Amino acid sequence: MSEPRKARIATTSLAGCFGCHMAILDIDERLIELLKLVDIDRSPLTDIKRFTQRCDIGIIEGGCCNEENVHVLRDFRRNCDVLIALGQCAIMGGLPAMRNAIMHSDDPLRECLEEAYISGPYLRNTTHNIPNDPALPLMLDKVYSCADVVEIDYQIPGCAPSGDVIYSALSRLLAGKFHGFDRETIRFD
Amino acid sequence: MSDTGFTFTIDGLPVQAKPGQTIMEAADDAGVYIPRLCDHEGLRHQGGCRVCTVKASGRSVAACTQPATPDLVVENESEHINSMRRDLVEMLFHEGNHLCPICEASGNCELQAMAYRLDMTQPTKFPYLEPCRALDASHPDIALDTNRCISCGRCIRASQDVDGKGIFGYVGRGIHRRVAVNGVDLAHTDAAVTDDAISADVCPVGCIIRKRVGFSKPIGSREFDDGLIGQKIESKRK
Repeated sequence: MSEPRKARIATTSLAGCFGCHMAILDIDERLIELLKLVDIDRSPLTDIKRFTQRCDIGIIEGGCCNEENVHVLRDFRRNCDVLIALGQCAIMGGLPAMRNAIMHSDDPLRECLEEAYISGPYLRNTTHNIPNDPALPLMLDKVYSCADVVEIDYQIPGCAPSGDVIYSALSRLLAGKFHGFDRETIRFD
Repeated sequence: MSDTGFTFTIDGLPVQAKPGQTIMEAADDAGVYIPRLCDHEGLRHQGGCRVCTVKASGRSVAACTQPATPDLVVENESEHINSMRRDLVEMLFHEGNHLCPICEASGNCELQAMAYRLDMTQPTKFPYLEPCRALDASHPDIALDTNRCISCGRCIRASQDVDGKGIFGYVGRGIHRRVAVNGVDLAHTDAAVTDDAISADVCPVGCIIRKRVGFSKPIGSREFDDGLIGQKIESKRK
């Protein structure tokens, strides 16, 4: 008898801090159990940059702050059956979304970049320029959550979610038994 | 009305009530938790947030303002009611800027704790309004970030009724109704950090900020990190 097909998982970090990927590693030795059930396709963990085939589960960390994030997210939606938003940035924009609420400005994105690269009091930027290399992806007017751009199937809340929460959600999802979280384990911080 | 107590039921459980008690007051005494945000112990009831909505003999009412009556049949923890409560809480999240990871109230926040209790973990179906209201940091000891305000009005009632000051009030109507300061800014009022309206208990979210105490208690060891909101009331159940 042949072995059951392993599920394929892809992960990516968009406008996030990689903390959620660190939290995936917090699954610790249970990763060995998990890897008996899954193969990892495109992911920073494998350093594979493009999908090699269709995946069962796509895990997204971070929201969309530039056009490349949107491109990658849409690529994930096209190539994954189930899409999971991992962590608060993917769910509602998170820390990068702070720039959406810059006040008293008709041009909040410019104000944000000027403070970050030109006028901030603790800066040492010898070029006095906002980075504008053509290779840099274009920034969006504001930070969008993943659900603003594509349909998201599941969310794992937290900043970052604990390894336990990620493991329990993933293992139950793989077993077809995911019906939400224990209320005591839900955290948004 | 006679002065003798009477009984009604919440989710099939018999609950004793005294004449004049609201459904929520009787439920609290009996150790039955009804979720609430705009209601706070020691303040008069408002019935504004509607998170405490229950079905009383088939009608949707706010448990914090609806008087208990003999033989009333109250439905509290049904899937239908909790899903409506979850939507209400989610809309409150979306009306303001409730970015839990950057908010110093995280872990002490009743809105967040209510989202945990009501299992608000599904992908959202509402848009984010992302308000851009100015921060009022004029007062030496208090700051006000009304982007996090859920218009519960607890600070208004605490300031008027407990402190006798009237620092806060509602302005606007409908979706535009907001809690505002009675004055140019907080520094031009007689607000003091010792006021009941400014105390940690009254503002359920991170809107009223006491300066220089934000992270004295680290995230992870805060009020709702130990258990769900309402457990204190539920532990009273015999």
